[in-house]
Amino acid sequence: MTETPGLNITQSHHTLPAGVKLPIYMDNHATTPLDPRVLAAMMPYLTGIFGNAASRNHSFGWEAEQGVEKAREQIARLIGATSKEIIFTSGATESTNLALKGVAEMYKERGNHIITQVTEHKATLDTCKRLEKSGFRVTYLPVQADGLIDLEDLKRAIVTEGPDKTILVSIMYANNEIGVIQPIQEIGKLCHEKGIIFHCDAVQAVGKIPVNVLTDNIDLMSISGHKLYGPKGVGALYVRRRNPRVQLAEQINGGGHERGMRSGTLNVPGIVGLGAACEICQNEMAAEAVREQELRDYLRAKLENALDYTQVNGNMEHHLPGNLNMSFIYVEGESLLMGINDIAVSSGSACTSATLEPSYVLKALGLGDDVAHSSIRFGLGRFNTRAEVDYVADKIIDVVQHLRELSPLYEMVKEGIDLSKIEWAAH
Amino acid sequence: MAYSEKVVDHYEHPRNVGTLDKSSSEVGTGLVGAPECGDVMRLQIKVNPETQIIEDAKFKTFGCGSAIASSSLATEWVKGKTVAEALTISNTDIVKELALPPVKIHCSVLAEDAIRAAIGDWKHKNGVAEEAPAAVAAH
Repeated sequence: MTETPGLNITQSHHTLPAGVKLPIYMDNHATTPLDPRVLAAMMPYLTGIFGNAASRNHSFGWEAEQGVEKAREQIARLIGATSKEIIFTSGATESTNLALKGVAEMYKERGNHIITQVTEHKATLDTCKRLEKSGFRVTYLPVQADGLIDLEDLKRAIVTEGPDKTILVSIMYANNEIGVIQPIQEIGKLCHEKGIIFHCDAVQAVGKIPVNVLTDNIDLMSISGHKLYGPKGVGALYVRRRNPRVQLAEQINGGGHERGMRSGTLNVPGIVGLGAACEICQNEMAAEAVREQELRDYLRAKLENALDYTQVNGNMEHHLPGNLNMSFIYVEGESLLMGINDIAVSSGSACTSATLEPSYVLKALGLGDDVAHSSIRFGLGRFNTRAEVDYVADKIIDVVQHLRELSPLYEMVKEGIDLSKIEWAAH
Repeated sequence: MAYSEKVVDHYEHPRNVGTLDKSSSEVGTGLVGAPECGDVMRLQIKVNPETQIIEDAKFKTFGCGSAIASSSLATEWVKGKTVAEALTISNTDIVKELALPPVKIHCSVLAEDAIRAAIGDWKHKNGVAEEAPAAVAAH
């Protein structure tokens, strides 16, 4: 008979290292804090410069427009574009909606086939679903066990003739859950050879790793402000103007702002913030990527050294520096999060949803539901420190060990029982 | 999402965690749920053959905080009850006691299933007639 008395999971016996404040934020794929330097750049536009950037005949408008145009250049420089190719939006979801719906509508005479992949963000998947309802045919490419698409699958999916001709491919740069970086250059090259427009959701990649729309052969690219230490509620869409020139059917009408592609008065402080955030990333990205990757690898090693039955999800070679997606098998993700409630990370488990379905991204890699339910996404960012990583690792180790003492599955596996041979009662 | 104080209390201080000897004729074991669903509960009872009183109960649960709390509470409640009394515990009692939100009701259902499965196993072992077989995962 075994007993585990007096478990006390949430009150850590670890002393708080100097400089560590609780709660710790390590969920930087969800959103990032505003960099104080970004706020400083925005402040004049929140406090004094209030003009409408579309006001052409007075200095209030000109001042606002100057701020917007500077931001356009800052963004363009970071991604190897020209400033005229940057369209401001309310965020990356809108950018992706505009890109996909705009292309579908504009080029529907050319063909009605669109290709994307199963691990895209919902902004892409839900937009594709909508396009399917209006008669487009969408292919959702599978991914391999490491999260990368197979270029041969893409080649096979492309239709070059007939009414089902492929007009658009939309593949994300880096995945928001598992951090894997797709072979964007090759995908873009393939699209260009076949005369297909290539949209890339680069929300997680821009500002974290080098992204260049020219060498990457990208025609349309979604960017978000709040994923790179800028403000929320602002994003951009890169729209290629040469080789080829991409046209979009506008989705919001009213005033013809942004070359008619996106009407609506510009969010000047937000745009200025997005620009400043891009410039900071451009200057600091190389060193920051090295720092984050070191912290990531350190976190991984610490967890793997202390715990058995862990698994890292996604290809680790083509990977965002700050991402670690790890399964702590035989521990349910939500209970793990509950035990580390002074640490903000994400779980691959969605036990709160009515469907009890775990992450569709992890499932697409072929992970069993039980492993997917046990997964935690760590998103390291600019403001995380080594001391924080130490605290997080120690806490996770503690809680996982305690929950495994509670886990009948862990006990059974330790006793040599093959869980797959058990007839589980469905519920 | 916010948990009720009672759920947090059971999660932080789970009662009766452990394992009873499942080969003993006095012990009934209920294993319910499935790893794919993110919930597996194992509840065990030790029944006095003379009095039919549940003298000990242990659990282990793989699942969210509400699942852990539901099964922890179930072990507390069955202890000291006769087998017949324990069968009257319903999931709605657990929902009420732990203030579970609607999305977590399945945790309480699973705990009720676990009690029934443990009792069913004990009855089966001891040749006690049973109305309907409870969901017992065979292994």
